[in-house]
Amino acid sequence: MTKIASRQGHAADQRRDTVDFLAQYAAPMFLLLLILVFSLLHQNFLHPLNVMNVLRQVSISGLIAIGMTFVILTRGIDLSVGSQVALCGLAAAYVAKGGLESRFAVGVEQAGNPVILAVLAALAVGMAAGAVQGIAITRLKVPPFVVTLGGLTAFRGMALLLSGGGPVSGFTPDYTWWGQGRIMMVPVPVIIFVVVAIIAHIVLRYTRFGLHVYAVGGNEAAADLNGINARRVTFLVYVIVGFLSGFAAFVLSARLNSAEAVAGLGLELDIIAAVVIGGTSLFGGVGGIGGTVAGVLLIGVLRNGLVLLNVSSFVQQIIIGVILVMAVAFDQYAARRRG
Amino acid sequence: MAILELSGVSKHFGAIEALNGIDLSLERGEALGLMGDNGAGKSTLVKIIAGTFPPSMGRIVLDGEEVRFARPVEARQKGIEIIYQDLALCDNLSAALNVFLGRELIRKIGPCRFLDRTAMNARAAEIFAELKSETRPRDLVKHMSGGQRQAVAIARTRLVDPKIVLMDEPTAAISVRQVAEVLDLIRHLKTTGHTVILISHRTPDVFSVCDRVAVLRRGRKVADKPIADSSPEEVTGLITGAIEGA
Ligand SMILES: Nc1ncnc2c1ncn2[C@@H]1O[C@H](COP(=O)(O)OP(=O)(O)OP(=O)(O)O)[C@@H](O)[C@H]1O
Ligand SMILES: [Mg+2]
Repeated sequence: MTKIASRQGHAADQRRDTVDFLAQYAAPMFLLLLILVFSLLHQNFLHPLNVMNVLRQVSISGLIAIGMTFVILTRGIDLSVGSQVALCGLAAAYVAKGGLESRFAVGVEQAGNPVILAVLAALAVGMAAGAVQGIAITRLKVPPFVVTLGGLTAFRGMALLLSGGGPVSGFTPDYTWWGQGRIMMVPVPVIIFVVVAIIAHIVLRYTRFGLHVYAVGGNEAAADLNGINARRVTFLVYVIVGFLSGFAAFVLSARLNSAEAVAGLGLELDIIAAVVIGGTSLFGGVGGIGGTVAGVLLIGVLRNGLVLLNVSSFVQQIIIGVILVMAVAFDQYAARRRG
Repeated sequence: MAILELSGVSKHFGAIEALNGIDLSLERGEALGLMGDNGAGKSTLVKIIAGTFPPSMGRIVLDGEEVRFARPVEARQKGIEIIYQDLALCDNLSAALNVFLGRELIRKIGPCRFLDRTAMNARAAEIFAELKSETRPRDLVKHMSGGQRQAVAIARTRLVDPKIVLMDEPTAAISVRQVAEVLDLIRHLKTTGHTVILISHRTPDVFSVCDRVAVLRRGRKVADKPIADSSPEEVTGLITGAIEGA
């Protein structure tokens, strides 16, 4: 009797562990499979130039996806990141150009500010946007979905208002280096992405703050009762995603040598998709940076491979949509099993 | 001198009067059994002592000093530990991390401060061994049985040397053997000068370890007397209302 019961218990444990295992490793395994398939189907897929190309393409949205991982781990969401990218990019561009009057200038002006000031402007605007939303969420108790939906339209509106509609283009080489330069063959945005991913991973896994992010996502009330300031943690994750949106916005404007109010349109969906496909649960408390990097690469590789195979971008959209829904369906299933 | 003294403590949640004019005094090394029907206000009373929320009215004097806790950490810092009825665990974290939640052990490397998981796992394993619990420090709480979860919540109170330990139905989900361990723990706490409030629906437990028993009925204290002067029958009558007061 006891034997049977304990064996059943063990079997149930194993099933749960399989679910956890899949939640954690489905994205990396699927990524490897895609790489294998595309490299068999197209001889240029693994060419270093193409590899660098994919990496450079994913690194900008990847930066924001890292911040989004923090947010989703606390059981939140940030729909406003695409609009933040537009606003922060313009902030960097105007500062680099030396003022709002320069908005319709195209050439490289002499009177501009040092690049460092442009970076700081983008970061400051991103963090301010995150802080405002963080306050609305933690103090006014408006759900993150609603607050950041408001942010999505409000920040886009501010960007449009600020820019008067046209792009700001033509930066100094110091500026564009951040998007177009290379260090020993590797594009600068890729290096930034890798460094930020490593730091974020260390913060989440090995620091008290990182643990508190997981605790708040797992059981906010319990975290609070145990002396964790859940409000502060929640506020900070929105500031972090704002910071990284600002950074990404600057790198994007450097890569395109231009900033405009329509930059980052719809970016939030790709980013949230990458994070969720990477195994971070929309229910909070489960997931991490490793999965997000895999999710970002998965979407990037899929897009790139399908382009190489001449599959239309409409079909790409459909495929990514289907994968996203499958990932969320699995997340729901895993959460029920955890329940 | 009393270590803890409550006078006229009331608590209402909107129209609900959860507690009404509670006076309570506890000595060092004393164990009080707090009993009452479901919804009588037992959890509300210990949560007020633990700083989970403030009383609507009344005074709390701890060790001769009036206290007003704004957050549970403040009560913890003053030496009040609590095992919540719902245990307050994070299912997605390991047993050891749950034990140390909010007071993690830290290792410094240069200017950086990192979690010391090794030390936390080791200390948690020691505490679980003391409690004779099978709980493994690295296991996720979501995979644990009710008894193991309870052991995690109990282990939290063993991290520091508190003045007062509040236990809200700590034996509700655990095996006979572990109930005996928890009762032993309470005896041990008493002999080392700690004060305990034990909330339980199990009269035998209360009668075996507590010095006094207090009964709440619909937010009012209807009895508070030495165990020696009472009996399980009297307490049952007080809980149900068959006996008005004692
Ligand atoms: N946070 C709250 N908000 C509103 N009402 C509450 C809250 N906490 C408790 N109550 C109410 O206060 C009353 C006392 O609840 P309490 O949890 O203290 O009872 P209890 O004696 O611990 O019961 P049990 O034996 O079921 O645990 C109940 O009517 C309950 O509904
Ligand atoms: Mg209760």
